[in-house]
Amino acid sequence: MPPTGHVYLDYAATTPVDERVLERMLPYFRQEFGNPSSIHAWGQAAEAALDDAREKISAALGCRPEEIVFTSCGTESDNLALRGAALARRKKTGANHILISPVEHHAVAHTAQQLADEFGFELELLPVDPYGMVDPSDLRHYLRRETAVVSVIYANNEVGTINPVAQIGAICREADVLFHSDAVQAAAHLPMNVGRDNIDLLAIGAHKFYGPKGVGALAIRRDVRLMPSQTGGKQEEGRRAGTQNVPYIVGMAEALAIAQAETQAWAERISPLRDHLIGGVLESIPNARLTGHPVQRLPNHASFVFEGVDGNLLLMLLDSAGFACSSGSACKVGNPQPSDVLEALGFSRAWSLGSLRVTLGRDTSPAQVDAFLDALPDLAASARV
Amino acid sequence: MTGMPKVVVAMSGGVDSSVAAALLVEQGYLVTGMMLRLWSEPGSEDSNRCCTPDAMALARRVAAKLGIPFYAVDAQEPFRARVVQAFLDGYAAGQTPNPCTVCNREIRWGLLLDRARALGAEYLATGHYARVQRGEDGSASLLRGLDRNKDQSYVLSVLNQEQLSHTLLPIGAFDKPYIREIARQHNFPVADRPDSQDLCFLAGGDYRAFLQRHVPQVAQPGSIVDRQGQVLGEHQGLAFYTIGQRKGIRIPAPEPYYVVAKDLDANRLVVGRVEELGQSELSAAGVNWNSGTAPTGPFVADVKIRYRAREATATVTPLGETRARVVFEEPLRDITPGQRVVFYQGEICLGGGMILA
Repeated sequence: MPPTGHVYLDYAATTPVDERVLERMLPYFRQEFGNPSSIHAWGQAAEAALDDAREKISAALGCRPEEIVFTSCGTESDNLALRGAALARRKKTGANHILISPVEHHAVAHTAQQLADEFGFELELLPVDPYGMVDPSDLRHYLRRETAVVSVIYANNEVGTINPVAQIGAICREADVLFHSDAVQAAAHLPMNVGRDNIDLLAIGAHKFYGPKGVGALAIRRDVRLMPSQTGGKQEEGRRAGTQNVPYIVGMAEALAIAQAETQAWAERISPLRDHLIGGVLESIPNARLTGHPVQRLPNHASFVFEGVDGNLLLMLLDSAGFACSSGSACKVGNPQPSDVLEALGFSRAWSLGSLRVTLGRDTSPAQVDAFLDALPDLAASARV
Repeated sequence: MTGMPKVVVAMSGGVDSSVAAALLVEQGYLVTGMMLRLWSEPGSEDSNRCCTPDAMALARRVAAKLGIPFYAVDAQEPFRARVVQAFLDGYAAGQTPNPCTVCNREIRWGLLLDRARALGAEYLATGHYARVQRGEDGSASLLRGLDRNKDQSYVLSVLNQEQLSHTLLPIGAFDKPYIREIARQHNFPVADRPDSQDLCFLAGGDYRAFLQRHVPQVAQPGSIVDRQGQVLGEHQGLAFYTIGQRKGIRIPAPEPYYVVAKDLDANRLVVGRVEELGQSELSAAGVNWNSGTAPTGPFVADVKIRYRAREATATVTPLGETRARVVFEEPLRDITPGQRVVFYQGEICLGGGMILA
């Protein structure tokens, strides 16, 4: 348990489970513990809970219930989407080319790299601007007849930039190429609608939006075929075998419904506080820059680079002073490397090793942000090397 | 907040530093654990023996059991630049260097102490078997560990007053069996690593190949000669021999030969009979006096010429602040340039320096 008085400013890493969500989950551990695949009353009750959750999630994402597959996390959703789509598509059409942005989460980037290294796909990276945003008009030049799948992150975890996914999706749809988007960060803050955004595959993970860890979902447009990566029983229409984690899925559905119902009010409440934080940091820290887009960014997300600062040391000093933050090069084993994302944005090593990510959440108060702004200048000065 | 000072303890995942952390927590200090990430050769990262992933996981586990924060500190580049480079330079100069003492001075009581101070800590603590005694005048003396078999004051003889005054050595007042018992009581998941003579950054890798890659000039075969210059055989590279060495010379003779000198310019290894070995005098450079100032005149001391060497009685004559001449009562056989000579009087470690010749 962290000491009392500490301030959590790392909501992009994970969030606490919402009280209402936990209440919804609890009956499914002991009373309604049945296996949704069973014939009997217990099984039927569990299956009903699962169907309710599927309906709730599909409503929140703008798709149909049968288009939702439950997984164990956002990373699994990304894996299933990319590997599953690439392999199925190649089997059907011979398409052998994968296009991703250079600012994907590792769940996508490393899966794509494995498809290239071990499965013979040709992997190509789309260009991004200095904010980490993909320009849809670039995409047209990179798409090929043999492109199997395109993956562009909805909103980046490290720098917060929101991509123009609807336009990217429209171009892919027009070219009859599958479009996957990792919305693990975005689903907590932005109104989701896969139909509006022309998204074929959309990955989410519950713990980013005040749901439990260890559960996620993938929205799969109806006529998209995937090669399952987990085989076994017939659960999830054979697309993801294994007994469903009913209490966690129930929790995820409730959490997503709450988050999606509140996106506008949430952005209105939290983005002024974020802007106050960004302004305060840029004013008080010398040689500091905001990373990611100044406007098209997640409403709770502030990220910086400080030239010549040891980012790991800064995190340590912040933690010791009672502030929990993160950085792109954060490393728990003392081997910090510049983050791929910041390198793709063109930052030199001297800048990118001094990155700091501050992400606000439902429990963040203006007083906490001010305390952070008071503490940061001295700590950043101590962390200059 | 309590009034107790903040302490950073250097953790390794081993018994000694884990118990050091536990003792400090029991004594009421505000303890933070840190572990250094040291360098190993590109291609074998993660293999430095002082900070393997397993060791780091153990240290993290110990910190969690004690309820203290734990951080890994990247020291790879400074370690390479200061410790490994000094090691290679030493070999290139025909010496047999002692990198652990350099690491203590430059990395543990350099970079890590800086980190600790930046964190607001008053002290850096380690799991060394040695003691720090604080005088009423604010001075700090380095004392041997109470467990003579485990005494590690030799490798701490590099510390100056500033460093010593910010140092806590919590286990130095106990013996090893007691420390083990405390570790058992805490149910620490620590492995008791055997004391290895390997260099941490070689990670069990081939030490000859490492020197051949980095200091090829002292890893070339050459002649073995006697004092008269008569060629007796071939050596594998001067770096692979130390003064006093008997094994590995491979010259058939009725009596064994010993390494008595290295002729760096001619790449010749000079060997001789046992009676040619031994010198009763050495000079030391880079001498650190733990008290901060050199003694004013010659003094008699117990002197160690290697970490595990038996102590010998000698008269030490300080020459300025950083040099000394040491004259032994009896000749010693394995005085080795590059190794550290350390001076004791009773329990007190007075300091030491690098053996020149």
